[in-house]
Amino acid sequence: MITWIESLGRIGLLFCERAGVSGLFLLRTVFRRPRIMRLFPLIVEQIYAVGVLSIIIIVVSGLFIGMVLALQGYNILERFGAVEQLGQLVALSVVRELGPVIGGLLFAGRAGSSLTAEIGLMQATEQLASMEMMAVDPLWRVIAPRFWAGVVSMPILIAIFCIIAVFGSYLVGVEWLGVDAGQFWSNMQASVNFRIDIINGIIKGLMFGIVITWIAVYQGYYVVPTAAGIGRATTKTVVYGSLAVLGLDFILTSFMLGGW
Amino acid sequence: MVNKRIIELLVGLFMLAGIIAMFVLALKVSGLSMYSGHGSFHVDAIFDNIGDLKVRAPVTIAGVRVGEVGSIDIDNRTFKATVGMRIDKKQDKLPADTTAKILTAGIIGANYIELIPGYAESNLKEGGLITDTQPAIILETLIGQLIYKLGGDKK
Repeated sequence: MITWIESLGRIGLLFCERAGVSGLFLLRTVFRRPRIMRLFPLIVEQIYAVGVLSIIIIVVSGLFIGMVLALQGYNILERFGAVEQLGQLVALSVVRELGPVIGGLLFAGRAGSSLTAEIGLMQATEQLASMEMMAVDPLWRVIAPRFWAGVVSMPILIAIFCIIAVFGSYLVGVEWLGVDAGQFWSNMQASVNFRIDIINGIIKGLMFGIVITWIAVYQGYYVVPTAAGIGRATTKTVVYGSLAVLGLDFILTSFMLGGW
Repeated sequence: MVNKRIIELLVGLFMLAGIIAMFVLALKVSGLSMYSGHGSFHVDAIFDNIGDLKVRAPVTIAGVRVGEVGSIDIDNRTFKATVGMRIDKKQDKLPADTTAKILTAGIIGANYIELIPGYAESNLKEGGLITDTQPAIILETLIGQLIYKLGGDKK
């Protein structure tokens, strides 16, 4: 019994320690001495790796999610004779929930894992340590650009995802199943509010971007410097990142629906 | 590694795509200012009851969309609803005795306004007023009347 409580306490302490370390790590990454002009080219390079290369998976999954939503929505709305409401159904569900959440999950899998593996390998081969030997701060040179690139890329990817999904549902709903194009757009526009739906969706995207990249760079930086350690860290990034996205989404949604 | 200039170009395109996506989301999906400003003229109509009519609902003539509802207000003296409509500039030949009615697309569909052109020689001008209108048909009222009538028959 005592040992059981003891181990529980150890887990709790370990959790607090991890949370503290990762929090301090984030603070140290964000509040580097602001040599923003020299940091900027590094960020651009990382936006290419994190954002531009993720665009294909975002576009393809956005297209298919929009199309399948239109197909499913049409079949159900048809029973009530309300197929004109298809645009509203697709736009609201994509902009409010599916866009940020699925975008976040894909981002964790595509970009988060590669960030962790890259930084983890740098740590394992002691590249970060040798940088420190040369008086180059690895947090500034390696971590900060990747973090900022993730934060910048994520909302852009979400916006692209939403647009492609709406376009995909237009393709299936209007071009294929024959919903009236005017009703499709006008019902969508009558129900989607720019401030409440779209801006909040993009805010969600920004939050998910911060959390996922934070988890990814943290797992990479504090990796167990072995081959197995890198593998485990990459898995952890994807698992923790996905869980964080889903959990955070619930919290943000409850705030946003509460009229925040 | 890809050439630096190409990377910068691609990142620029990426940012641009994001900005364009935001614009399209704002304009096309949430319908910020569709018929606003130029290209349309403003006509008011007074209704007894607008039912479930919403701002940005379509305004049609013979079933063809020609504009949208811009504002919905209540007149604080007559207690009737004043609906402001933005109508496409191309429809400036509407007769002055045009009437308006609120219809519903399907049983649970959205409300919209149908304009029925009259026969007057003069045209509706910017800021014109349509007073000859037909209110929205409220399903509950209709069912209420039906039940009342059915009950009356039995006596």
